[in-house]
Amino acid sequence: MGGGIIRKQYDIPGEDLAAAGEASSDAKKMLVQLGVNPFDIKRAAVSMYEAEINAVIHANGGKADVVISTESIKIIIKDEGPGIADLDLALQEGYSTATDKIREMGFGAGMGLPNIKRYADELDIQTEPGKGTVVMIKVYFS
Amino acid sequence: MKIIDIAKVLNAEILVPGNDMENEVFSVCGSDLMSDVMAYVKDNVVLLTGLVSPQVIRTAEMMDIKVVVFVRGKKPPATVTKLAQEKDIIVMSTSETMFTACGKLYSSGVTGRGD
Repeated sequence: MGGGIIRKQYDIPGEDLAAAGEASSDAKKMLVQLGVNPFDIKRAAVSMYEAEINAVIHANGGKADVVISTESIKIIIKDEGPGIADLDLALQEGYSTATDKIREMGFGAGMGLPNIKRYADELDIQTEPGKGTVVMIKVYFS
Repeated sequence: MKIIDIAKVLNAEILVPGNDMENEVFSVCGSDLMSDVMAYVKDNVVLLTGLVSPQVIRTAEMMDIKVVVFVRGKKPPATVTKLAQEKDIIVMSTSETMFTACGKLYSSGVTGRGD
């Protein structure tokens, strides 16, 4: 990998459930092209995908910023959705506020944020009810 | 077990073939909940699911899962098979239930090796 830093921004559309995951797919492709270790790619891709899905299903979409350096990938997913009322609860495995419609997509098992916590090296969530949520994920390359 | 033999054991129809039908799989993950799939970290995995949404293929892509088998005779819509083709993910459909499909693969030797 060269010494440069790659920055990329994505719109995460809220209405198109079939398209959910395109930003994560593109970011994963970049990491593969850069020759990053496959397990680190998987950790970053799953973390970003879970956050992207959360933005789609809970907040009608948002924006993703990705910064890739030689050492790490930093992913910021920002939405203007309802915010997370109880962050401690949301981080517990199995806790979910998802609707039946979300469950029909195969999500809403209460594993999204716990999965991000499991795979990311750093996770920071800033949320305000009624304003939105910013999720920062960092994965260091081994 | 080779991917091509998974199709034989499950009497599955291959909806999206791939170039890697001779590759080995060591583990099976059977789930309709994609976040549970993403909590399951093993290599050379085949995903069995009753969910036929594009998010199944997305999840397989993120997890480097190369084979997806839809159970209970479910056939995914064309959007799903097209996405699988783009992502080079093999897709099959079996009339077996989740329980029976998992049981047949386990008793044929796919017991979860490959941690």
